[in-house]
Amino acid sequence: MASVVRFLTRRRGGTRWHWTDVAAYAYLGLGILLMFGPVAWLVLSSFKTQAGLLEFPPTFLPLSQVEVTVDGYDDPLPLFSVTTEDGTVRELAQIRRVGIIAQMVDPADPETRIDVPIADREPVREFSLATENYTKPLEQFDFLRYLRNSIIVTTVATAITLIINSMAAYGLSIYEFRGRTVALGFVISTLMIPITVILVPTYLVVTELGMVNSLWGVILPGAATPTGVFLLRQYMLTIPRELIEAARMDKASEWQIYWRIVMPLSLPALAVLAIFSVMWRWNEFLWPLVVLARSEVYTLQVGLNAFQGELQVQWHFVLAMTVVTLLPVVVVFAFLQRFITTGIANTGMK
Amino acid sequence: MVDQAVDTPPTLKSRAAEWAALPVRGVMRLLDWPMRLAQRIVGLGGMPYVFLLPNLIFFGTFVITPLIINFAFSLTGGPNLFIEDRPYVGGEQYGYLFDCENALNVSTCREDRFWRGIYNTGTFVFFQVSLMILFSLVTALVLNMRIKARGFFRSVFFFPVLLSPVVVALIWKWILLRDGLLNAFLMGSGIVDEPMLFFVQPFWAMFWAIFVSIWAHMGFYTLIILAGLQAIPQDLYEAAQMDGTPRLRVFWRITLPLLWPNLLVVLVLSLIKGVQTFDEVYVLTGGGPGTATQFIVQYIYNTGFSNQVQNFGLAAAASMVLGIVLLVLTIAQLVVARRKGGV
Repeated sequence: MASVVRFLTRRRGGTRWHWTDVAAYAYLGLGILLMFGPVAWLVLSSFKTQAGLLEFPPTFLPLSQVEVTVDGYDDPLPLFSVTTEDGTVRELAQIRRVGIIAQMVDPADPETRIDVPIADREPVREFSLATENYTKPLEQFDFLRYLRNSIIVTTVATAITLIINSMAAYGLSIYEFRGRTVALGFVISTLMIPITVILVPTYLVVTELGMVNSLWGVILPGAATPTGVFLLRQYMLTIPRELIEAARMDKASEWQIYWRIVMPLSLPALAVLAIFSVMWRWNEFLWPLVVLARSEVYTLQVGLNAFQGELQVQWHFVLAMTVVTLLPVVVVFAFLQRFITTGIANTGMK
Repeated sequence: MVDQAVDTPPTLKSRAAEWAALPVRGVMRLLDWPMRLAQRIVGLGGMPYVFLLPNLIFFGTFVITPLIINFAFSLTGGPNLFIEDRPYVGGEQYGYLFDCENALNVSTCREDRFWRGIYNTGTFVFFQVSLMILFSLVTALVLNMRIKARGFFRSVFFFPVLLSPVVVALIWKWILLRDGLLNAFLMGSGIVDEPMLFFVQPFWAMFWAIFVSIWAHMGFYTLIILAGLQAIPQDLYEAAQMDGTPRLRVFWRITLPLLWPNLLVVLVLSLIKGVQTFDEVYVLTGGGPGTATQFIVQYIYNTGFSNQVQNFGLAAAASMVLGIVLLVLTIAQLVVARRKGGV
């Protein structure tokens, strides 16, 4: 046993354990609990029935009461485990409850009714996933439409962003021309003007263009991102000039050079921008909230907020739809986290 | 062996990539002809402008024009949205915002919601930024130690950054409800007898707004600080170890001074983000109880878009004030970044 402990605690370089090492692992353990815990709780809760959610204190796993069909009764009856007066425990189905007395019946012997004080019975429960939390809002409410709107906004906006940003980056990195510094300064300056500062007038512009309550009103204003132009420009600056000169010698048009040579070579930077654009667009909230006033054009984020703000919050649906909203992000992160973390560490953008 | 490798059918991955590239190729082909025409007209020297044009049109339409209109908006009154229907009122909107008998007492201001928004934002930013930098620094230091599964732990702290603010707020709202997990825990362990009503008491509403905001964003700053830590030359630490310097002194004498420029960048960045906080807190508390967690951006949103009477002029004036604060912070950021580059 001692050798096992020594083996597990052995470290490279032969240095011994310092108290800070122990503290570090304790901190990380707490971190896992605090960071993953809430999300895990959300997912677990989203599979509970409405009645299960109302329970206090809450159960850890989604449980629901077992129901049995008993001869002579049309509806399935809830099953309870009952402690009888002589101390034995029996499983009985409840027919109805009258005050503090429950009328119960043994599923094996449906003829005799037994009256039991409700304090002596405990529901029999089993693990079950309330998948209707997911299917119902998607069918009955507009969530499928919100989902579709979010997907449209995310894909179209990302496509536009990639094309116009890479074009601008190409123009700023490949050519020497008059006004380059001015154009670059122009791009930098837009970096300093977040949407929160120009909320009202951007709304006016979008109104003038007739794009209020349309998905274009969400897609277009944020399509030209200064961060995207920068990221791509810095990357394109590293492409050797000889390549471009050689293509020009071969009578390639500028557009061909751009999409046949420069774009394929910039693929890593384009991938990073694509991932970020998808994240930004999927998660965007304030601007869609302003532009989209009619529920048929809501994106998931706005729809979810509207749904949770209603008078009778139906938490079982809200939680399930929150999981749906969160899922794409988790999938993207699981597969592309290396891109994302190095992208942030290198550019400092979010 | 070689033949076999040549004959292998395309993998699923490469086939998917080909399919994904198809629409891109289509669009590029479609644009080929007009761009050739453009090159024939403007010549090679004019092409950079052609490439820049789409992006600049977007910037001009949705950033620069609004910025100019915003100023015009703030000088006009009335409930109309279109600028030609709005009478010029000069500095009246600004006068209204700043009309206070005593600037330290919010209740004496005519537009007390604006001032409450500013004070709330100030309180929020002070605690959120300072605590978040502290936790980010500690986390980065821990992640920079020789620990197992570092990549996994880095993801653990980072992933909330990618969650949408609405999702973050709902996750925590669900935990903090009267019958939520936290109350069950607090009552189960006997810390409190009655469930806490976190969103009814102003102190707790602000506390959780700060907590949730730190939870959601600290991963981003941890990553930046971690990058800074990894840039510190390793031989400095080795030299310190040879001399048997205690770890705490290594931290104060080597790590912190060399990390300082990074921390300044993090400070300014988080200030810029913090001042603009809206989404998470709006969904979490709705600005309540009363106006206890209503921040400046929510004030702008409410005044311009959500209140019964939409007051675009006042919202524009308030966003000009916010814009000036952000401008000052951005200049600070540039100064800090330049100093960092110089050192």
